Amino acid sequence: MEDQQFRQEVRDWLSANFPPALTGVNGLIFQGDAHAAAASKDFQAWRKAMADKGWGTPTWDKAYGGAGLSPAQAKIIAQELSAIGAFNPIRSYGTMMLGPTLLEFGTEEQRLQHLPRISTHELRWCQGFSEPGAGSDLASLQMKCVDAGDHWVVSGQKIWTSGADQADWCFALVRTDTSVKHGGISFLLIDMKSPGVEARPIVLISGSTHFCEVFFNDVKVPKGNLVGAVNQGWNIAKRLLQFERSSLSEVKTDVTPLAPIAHAMLGTDEEGRIADVDARARIVHNAMRHTAYLQTVRRFNEEARNGGPGNGVSTLKNLWSGIVQRRAELLVEVLGADGLGWSGDAYPADAREATRALLHSKAFSIYGGSYEIQNNITAKRSLGLPDR
Amino acid sequence: MAVLNEEQTMLKDMVSQWVRDRMPVSVARGLYDHSGGGRKDATTGFDADAYGEAAAMGWSGILVPEAHGGSDFGAFSLGFVLEELARTLSPLPLLSSAMIAVSALRLGGNAAQQSAWLPGLADGSIIGALAVDEGAHHAPEALALTATRVANGWRLDGVKRPVADGMGADLFIAAACGEDGTMLFLAPADAAGLTREPLDQIDARRPALLRFDGVVLADDAVLGYGNALLSAILDRAYVGQAAELLGLATQAFETTLDYLKTRVQFGQLIGSFQALQHRASEMFGELQLTRSAVEAALAAIDADDPQLSSLASLAKAMANETAHRITCEMVQLHGGIGMTHEHDAGLYLKRSRVAEQAYGSSSFHRERWARLNGY
Repeated sequence: MEDQQFRQEVRDWLSANFPPALTGVNGLIFQGDAHAAAASKDFQAWRKAMADKGWGTPTWDKAYGGAGLSPAQAKIIAQELSAIGAFNPIRSYGTMMLGPTLLEFGTEEQRLQHLPRISTHELRWCQGFSEPGAGSDLASLQMKCVDAGDHWVVSGQKIWTSGADQADWCFALVRTDTSVKHGGISFLLIDMKSPGVEARPIVLISGSTHFCEVFFNDVKVPKGNLVGAVNQGWNIAKRLLQFERSSLSEVKTDVTPLAPIAHAMLGTDEEGRIADVDARARIVHNAMRHTAYLQTVRRFNEEARNGGPGNGVSTLKNLWSGIVQRRAELLVEVLGADGLGWSGDAYPADAREATRALLHSKAFSIYGGSYEIQNNITAKRSLGLPDR
Repeated sequence: MAVLNEEQTMLKDMVSQWVRDRMPVSVARGLYDHSGGGRKDATTGFDADAYGEAAAMGWSGILVPEAHGGSDFGAFSLGFVLEELARTLSPLPLLSSAMIAVSALRLGGNAAQQSAWLPGLADGSIIGALAVDEGAHHAPEALALTATRVANGWRLDGVKRPVADGMGADLFIAAACGEDGTMLFLAPADAAGLTREPLDQIDARRPALLRFDGVVLADDAVLGYGNALLSAILDRAYVGQAAELLGLATQAFETTLDYLKTRVQFGQLIGSFQALQHRASEMFGELQLTRSAVEAALAAIDADDPQLSSLASLAKAMANETAHRITCEMVQLHGGIGMTHEHDAGLYLKRSRVAEQAYGSSSFHRERWARLNGY
C-alpha cells in the first residue's frame, strides 16, 4: 500500500518536472551525443530538478545529497522513469562507482566532501585504472605515487579514461610499493585541475572521442585524498569493479525489434516471413538468445534477492556482450550498403546510427574486464577449475 | 535454479536422494547389450519396477487433480523432477505418462474420460504415451494416420513411429487426420487391430512402431478436435523434454568438469589449461540461458500464460542446442576413454540425440518461434 502511494507521488512529480522534449533521449554516459544533449536548457533543468530532489542517488543519505530512500523505492523511481521514456540525468561514474566505494571504504570527511557534489552532478569524475602496459592485467600498473612528507607526488600515464577531458576529478589506482604486485597498490583521489595533469582525447573506430589518455607529471596530491589504507587499493578496486560489472549488465534491455527492418530491407515471402532464409535463420537465432538472456537476468535477480550464489556476473556480462554484438552486426548486414555510410544525407540517419553503434559495440567485450578475463573468473570462481 | 517453496524443496531433495540410491547411470546402462545396442530381451525400454516406486512416491500424479488421486503440484514441480531424473538418464516413462498423457486428458478430456483414466495414470497402474510422429521428422500438422467415420465410431489406419515408451504403454494418445482436420483419440494398447514392435534406437530405450490396421474406436474415445488442442498438448511435451535435456546436459557438464579437475597430462591438471577453462566457462553460460528458458516455460504452463507456445519452443530449442554442444564436448574432453562403451559419455551423447529429435529438432522450434514472433 505504502509502495503504491509512493509510486503515485513519483508519477505526479515526474509529470510536473520531466521535460517532454527529452522523452526517449539516451541518457547513457557512453553515448556520443551526450555532450550536445547535456548542453540543452531542458536537460539542465531536468538535471537540477532531480538533483534538488535527491533522486539521482535515491538511496544515499540526505547528508550526502541523496533522498534516504529504500532500495525498493529507488526501484520504483527507476521503473517510473523508464515507463515514460525518461532517464536519470545524474547517473555517472561518480554515482555508479566512486559513490558506493566511498560509502564502503571512505572516511566521513571524504564522503561529506565528495558525495554531495556527485549527487548534484556538480563535479564529474573519471576512472584512472588502465595504463598502456596494464590492461587486462590491471594489477601490473606502474603509475608512481611517492610519499613527500605532507603530500603525495604522482607521475605516470593512464589510458582509456572515459571523459577525462571533461572530468573535474579522477579516482585512480597508483603504485605505492614496487616490491609487491597486488599489495603495492593504493586508491587515490586526484583533482584534474592540479598542475601537471594533461588529458588528451583518443579517436576511436566509431569516431567517438570519449576516451582519453592522461599524463601525470609530478602532480602534488594532498595526503587526505587516499581512500582506505596505503597499499590496500587492490581490494577496493576489486569491489569497485563489481559495481561496474553489475551496472554494465543492467544496460537497457528494450531494443528495437529487427523484424520490421528486415522485412523492409530484405523483403517478405508469400507467408510474410523474412525472404532471405539464411539471414532470417541467423536473426531468429540471435533474437531467441536475447530473449533467454533477459530471462536469465530476471532469474539471477530473483535468486540474488533470495540469497542465491550471486557469482554469475562474469557469465552474464559475456552472454550480454556476445548477444548484443551479434545483433549489432546483423542490423548492419540487413541494412546492406545503407549501413556502410559514415556521413552525408545519402545515408539515412538511423542507418548511420546503427553503423556507429556496431563499431562502438566492439568495446563491450573489452571494457569492464574483457571477454577472456571474464571467462577466467568464471572458470576459477564458478567452476572451481585449478590454477595448475 | 529458481527459488523453491518449502514443499518443492522437500520434493526436490527426495528425488535427488532417490536418484542417488536407486537410479545411478548403471540402470540406464543395463538397457544396453554389450555391443552398445539395445537388449533384445528387454520388453519395455524402461524400468517398470522403478516406475512403480516413483509412482508410490506420488511423482506420476503431480499434474493430476486431487479429485482423481493426484497432488496437483504443478508443472514447475514436475519439471524439476524430470530434470533431476534425467541427470542419470533414468529410464522411466514419467514424461510420456505423467506430463504428456495427463496433460492431454486435462486439456481435452471430458468428465467421464478423466474419471476413467486419470486415477490410473496418477497411481502408476496405467502408463500413457503420445503417438504423434510418423516419420523421420516431428510434423504435427501433416498427419497421415487417418480417422474415418464408421457406423459404430471411428476407424484408424496408419503407422506411428517412434512412440516413446510405447512398448510398455497401456494407453495411447493418438493424433490422427479426420475428415475435418486433426483429431485426438484415447486408444487402449489392447484395441483390436493395434500392433506394436520395438525399435532398436541408439539410446536403448526401445520406442514402439505402432500399426493401426482398421482399429475401431467408439465415440467416447475421441479426446478432442483441432490443431489448437494438439498444440497445447505438445507445448507440455516440448517443455518436459526440454527439462530432461537440461538435467542431462547439467550432469554431462559436471561429469566433464570433474574430469578436468582430476586428469593429469604434461604434469598438470588439464583443467588448468586456459583453452579448456574457456570452453567450460562458455558451456556454463549456455547452461544458464537454457535453465532460464526451461524454468520460464514451466512457470508459463502453471500460469496459463498466452505466450506458452513461444516460451516452449524457446526452451526446447535452447535445451537441444546446449545438450548437443555439451555432449559433444563431453566425448571430446574425455579423449579416447570417451569413445568407449565402457564410459558414460557415449550414453549421454546417444540419449541426447534422441531427446533432441523427440518432439521437434532445433530448427523445428526456431521456425515455430519465428512464426509466433513475426519474423
